[in-house]
Amino acid sequence: MKVYADNAATTKMSEHAVEVMVDIAKNNYGNPSSLYKIGQIAKESLEKARQEVAEILNAEPREIYFTSGGSEADNQAIISAAYAGKRKGKTHIISTAFEHHAVLHTLNKLEKEGFEITLLDVNSNGVVKPSQVADAIREDTCLVTIMYVNNEIGTIMPIREIGAICREKGVLFHTDAVQAAGHLPIDVVKDNIDMLAISAHKFQGPKGVGILYSNKKIPLVNLIEGGAQERNKRAGTENLPGIVSAVAAFKDSVNSMEENHTKIIEMRDILIEGLSKIPHSALNGDREKRNAGTVNFCFEGIEGESLLLLLDEAGISASSGSACTSGSLDPSHVLLAIGRPHEVAHGSLRLSINEHNTKEQMHYVVKEVERVVGYLRDISPVWYDLKNGKREFIL
Amino acid sequence: MALYSEKVMDHFKNPRNLGEMENPDAVGEVGNAKCGDIMKIYLKIKDDVITDIKFQTFGCASAIASSSIATELIKGKTIDEALALTNKEVVDSLDGLPTQKIHCSVLAEEAVKSAIKNYYDKNNIEYDKSKFPNCDECESCRMV
Repeated sequence: MKVYADNAATTKMSEHAVEVMVDIAKNNYGNPSSLYKIGQIAKESLEKARQEVAEILNAEPREIYFTSGGSEADNQAIISAAYAGKRKGKTHIISTAFEHHAVLHTLNKLEKEGFEITLLDVNSNGVVKPSQVADAIREDTCLVTIMYVNNEIGTIMPIREIGAICREKGVLFHTDAVQAAGHLPIDVVKDNIDMLAISAHKFQGPKGVGILYSNKKIPLVNLIEGGAQERNKRAGTENLPGIVSAVAAFKDSVNSMEENHTKIIEMRDILIEGLSKIPHSALNGDREKRNAGTVNFCFEGIEGESLLLLLDEAGISASSGSACTSGSLDPSHVLLAIGRPHEVAHGSLRLSINEHNTKEQMHYVVKEVERVVGYLRDISPVWYDLKNGKREFIL
Repeated sequence: MALYSEKVMDHFKNPRNLGEMENPDAVGEVGNAKCGDIMKIYLKIKDDVITDIKFQTFGCASAIASSSIATELIKGKTIDEALALTNKEVVDSLDGLPTQKIHCSVLAEEAVKSAIKNYYDKNNIEYDKSKFPNCDECESCRMV
């Protein structure tokens, strides 16, 4: 059986998104900056797409910018908010310890430029409390940037409450909504969001297309210089096939959100219940405050890369936060941030599903994970030490 | 291109000499769980020859494959021959390892040496200590 369970990494494009992309590439190839008719037709498609995104997010079309992806949108939002703050003498930024690297590495860069960064603790359940944000805001705070849904463990942050606190204190609020857009409702007005980043390939749109919402009051800083595209804020001929396809996928996801949500939660719960039965395992992140599609477990006594490769042999595509898969020495910063010790974080597994998965697949995944974890434990000296009492169980 | 060679995948999926050994003549263990790799090697030694060998590994595919092939490389060899095993031989026998995984081969070499050291210590045999890894000070599991 083949099971694609890594939708938080990327999704397969929907048929509709592919059709739209091909149609634009074939039939609407003009440059939106050109004056002649085919250029202007392209321009109309671009602006229609912008209008549609604005409607979904309850924003104005002039507040929507198309980028090369979620990372670019995060970078541009954070840098713009930081520089706007600096001009008013405000150089303190608040975020969390378990943001995506698109946010954390941008903050590292700003720290080197003299900004002061406070990374909030995300607690053992992987959810930051609004009161932590309120307590951390200072006179010189210019920006709060907190993700909507964590990409590794799927926990949902109380975005609306955090946004309200920021509004009250006059601090800009940015959210990396890459894992939320298309999966959870977003209303930038009701949710008190000033800036937000979206990535199309997380909701069955194409790779290479991101969306930045930035409130019109915020002066954006260009990351890419050149032509006057995107109201002078993002140079480069627009990726029209990608953009129109991305917006089609976004609309489809939003329209089928409720229906899919219920279906995905049922499948997710089969995974959580089944995997919880494996001894010395633990679900990462809050059991309730989580998105529909993401399940992340730690299994004591094994290492994640081996687990992934053996699951791959069984036809299952998943991911892990082990150091071996991250390409660095340390395991996932997200798992460390929720307090998992290194030795446990190495044995993590993330399964991320969507509406195209089936319950039958979920039962198969549970059975295979159980089998592979059992095998890897049988060959692990760490597991022998745990069993023989030479090492204490953590989970 | 795949991350690992076919040889690595073969040894990862079908590890040779896998398991625990009852009444071994020597045991070596290197690495630590915090770093994500631990290798344990058990030896049976008769007349200075490694007559049997087993291993257990906690770690990634290359760690499991490195320990598996290391056991194949030294089984039936004399202690001196086993001591001459290098991490390069482990890498070459696996048809290469990705750069960030070379430390797994180092760990395999050290696991073998650690087991032989244990044999010397248990039997009060004199040896040149400089030829063996000092796992308390060694940073090899932090190497990438």
